[in-house]
Amino acid sequence: MNRFPGIKYGLIGGVCLVILSIIGMVEAFNQREIVSEVISMGQALLLTAAAFIAYLPAARAGGGTRGLAASVSSGLIMMAMLALLVLLSTVVNLRQVFINASPGLFQILKFQQEDLWVGIGLLLLAGGLTGLTAGLLVMTPDLLRRVVIAALTTVVMVGTLQDTISPIFAEWGPLADINDLLYEGNGLSIPGALGLFIAVAAAAAAWILKGQAIKGRVQSLPPVSRRRLNMALVLLGGFVLLVLPHILGLFLSEVLTIIGLYIMLGLGLNIIIGFSGMLDLGHVAYFAIGSYTIAILTSPELGFFNWNFWQALPVAIAAGAVTGVLICTPVLKMRGDYLAIATLGFGEIIRLFVLSDFLRPWLGGAQGIGKIPKVELFGFEFGTPQQVYYLILAGCLLIGFIAWRLRDSRLGRSWMAVREDEDVAQAMGINLVSTKLKAFAVGAGFSALSGAIFATKLGSVYPHSFNIMISINILCVIIVGGIGSIPGVVVGAAALVGLPELLREFAEYRLLVYGAVLVAMMLLKPEGLWPEVTHKRELHESENDSGETTAAEPARNKA
Amino acid sequence: MLQRLKERTSATDVIMWLLGGALVTLIIWGSTVTLIKGTYSTRHWLDFIIFGLAQGSIYALIAMGYTMVYGVLRMINFAHSEVFMSGPYTAYFFAAYFYQSGLLETHPAISLILIFIVSMATSTLIAVLLERIAYRPLRGAPRLVPLITAIGASFFLQYMFRGFYGSGFQAYPVIKALEGPMVLGPIHILKFQALVIAAAAFLMVALYQFVQRTKIGKAIRSVSEDKEASALMGIDVDRMITMTFVIGGAAAGAAGVLYALMFKQVHFFMGFIPGIKAFTAAVLGGIGNIPGAMLGGIFLGLVESIGPSLILDGLGIVAPYQLKDAIAFTLLVLILIFRPTGILGERLAVKKA
Repeated sequence: MNRFPGIKYGLIGGVCLVILSIIGMVEAFNQREIVSEVISMGQALLLTAAAFIAYLPAARAGGGTRGLAASVSSGLIMMAMLALLVLLSTVVNLRQVFINASPGLFQILKFQQEDLWVGIGLLLLAGGLTGLTAGLLVMTPDLLRRVVIAALTTVVMVGTLQDTISPIFAEWGPLADINDLLYEGNGLSIPGALGLFIAVAAAAAAWILKGQAIKGRVQSLPPVSRRRLNMALVLLGGFVLLVLPHILGLFLSEVLTIIGLYIMLGLGLNIIIGFSGMLDLGHVAYFAIGSYTIAILTSPELGFFNWNFWQALPVAIAAGAVTGVLICTPVLKMRGDYLAIATLGFGEIIRLFVLSDFLRPWLGGAQGIGKIPKVELFGFEFGTPQQVYYLILAGCLLIGFIAWRLRDSRLGRSWMAVREDEDVAQAMGINLVSTKLKAFAVGAGFSALSGAIFATKLGSVYPHSFNIMISINILCVIIVGGIGSIPGVVVGAAALVGLPELLREFAEYRLLVYGAVLVAMMLLKPEGLWPEVTHKRELHESENDSGETTAAEPARNKA
Repeated sequence: MLQRLKERTSATDVIMWLLGGALVTLIIWGSTVTLIKGTYSTRHWLDFIIFGLAQGSIYALIAMGYTMVYGVLRMINFAHSEVFMSGPYTAYFFAAYFYQSGLLETHPAISLILIFIVSMATSTLIAVLLERIAYRPLRGAPRLVPLITAIGASFFLQYMFRGFYGSGFQAYPVIKALEGPMVLGPIHILKFQALVIAAAAFLMVALYQFVQRTKIGKAIRSVSEDKEASALMGIDVDRMITMTFVIGGAAAGAAGVLYALMFKQVHFFMGFIPGIKAFTAAVLGGIGNIPGAMLGGIFLGLVESIGPSLILDGLGIVAPYQLKDAIAFTLLVLILIFRPTGILGERLAVKKA
């Protein structure tokens, strides 16, 4: 088997493609067209996956005719397995077991051909061509490959996000013309796609060739003008952040507010997991505590206190921090995995208590608490998503600033020492108990703030909003962005929370993709998309010494 | 004396003891009140105990997988709950087919055995693939890495099965031969509960004997003691780790069918809560310890079925059964505070290796 990598990868890839089809992703994504009437997202998904898998054996063989043969044969085998699935569907009704194996799916796999054998022929042809492309891609020079991949990715993104981009463009004078040129019907028009491809390819080529030179020029500027340039960039960024909701409109502002809430939660969890290395799976508990404290203190529905938001906010944050300390105390001495389960248990306990009839008079039971008043500041009410955006932006900036300052403080350094090695940290005079408790208090406080804003944004709180999925989402956000990295949290939240909101049909597969992303990140790129510098150096320290090693290696060396 | 005591205890110790003391007081108070009030008759208590035994033996079977994997890899296989779910969910379609074709009526024993085989085979397959694809490349990685991988794999599997079979509840067919009560002296026991307890007991004894007596079992135990030394003794460590996943997967698959027989439905999310409970059971018994996992599972099952009526009812809590999961988690926390080693275990909860 190992002598024919093409066959091995083809079989593995074939199983992956069959699973992708059977769980219904291909069909669900097919509603979106990338290039109108030419290629849909479902087909693009299959072909991209096939191309990626066919690329591997070719890259391993190092290109050449052997590599080409491997990639073409693996592409053919993959599509042959899909063809077998189509054939099988004509004999047995797969739908009795596999709920998503619908006629629509097989229609897509047959490229909408009426005749079965023509469809299967097309499928095999596509497999061979995909394999060929992947094999050729291995052999193309590095520059060309990067340019082609960048351009293709952009075309796919722009095509997929048509219903987001198009309405924004349509409103702004000259951009409307571009919009008409770019899109047609349900996707990109053919000239639009080609034009975009060429434009992006040219820009990417220019950046790869000249980017270093531009960076070098900036570096060599005198300090005064460099500082001015930085100031100008910061001001520009700030301005864009301020006007963003008015450019993007109501729906996208709503998406931005959700991303913002996750950024706050992510920064909170980042302190606990990323800085101090304790895996907390019950993070949703603090989010819930923040929300419920605000609800109890401000909602006239219960009528205990009727405070306003600003009076209740410090109490909510304090309640979150105290809960963090209380949850942390019994598990202080536990190893990472015990901590994970214990915190998971705590998160569930809190949800169960809130849900129970026993505490209904105080917490509202399953119906939750409603009529939470909007936030008011100097007579300005934060009601619509566009207004709440500013509240959340302020929260994110505040928390981001605190997290950034804490990271390089004495406390931040002790957190990282504890993360690396508890025993050594203790020997260096770090008080483990208070350091860990502080991490939990700060992280929980951040999340409670996020929860508080969430409660007023929604106007009501329900126990069902606070399930384990939220904890897992936050975990994914910080892992994908890069554990311990503050900009990484922003990138992770935008990618993992923002994108699914834009791709609505993706919602059903959200956690499937999250799970796959978590595994893939851990196997291939454990430092994340935007890693912290030291962490990256650590994970790859041995690579410079011994050429080819995996990310798992440094730990093995340490042990 | 007092001085030394003062030096040795820290503020967190005091808080933990206070917390634990408060919980224990509540438990004693609640149960005394219930017993004095006498809301439940002996018959009720017996029913609770039998239900608890049945539930607990399912937990015990799942906990075997956690505890054995923890033994050899020193990691919590978070995706074990999905290994548990995959078996009965796949076997459901066979059960439904047997029900339609009437085989379930005419030959209940044969069809049940077939259902068990399908379920155990599926769970084993998933467990082995999981180890091969997700865990093997991560041997020796920093400790958070395999744990996060396992969490990712867990959600991936959950939603993959949701994609396969849909998101609704599937009602397991009722087996006529297993309906109705059985009378054993003073005890009335539902037939399917008797089957669950008997099957689980049989499987546990068989698995325990397998691990204790056979050559493979000995090799697995030696790998969990010391990987390097085992490798030097000519044991194929990777193969033994795979075998551990095979045994754990088979036990989980069997437990899954028993669970489906008891609760009569399957769902893609069904593994989550029993998974956490089984982990609790494994910790309760002392993780890495096979008899401990069995004992812990049964103990947890009993506490869960008796606890709400015994303790919470006495405290005047309405609808105590809503809080039965909370009882299990509280028990976990109490164990972690007072005896992190579990009932039978050595002290592994504290950082080692």
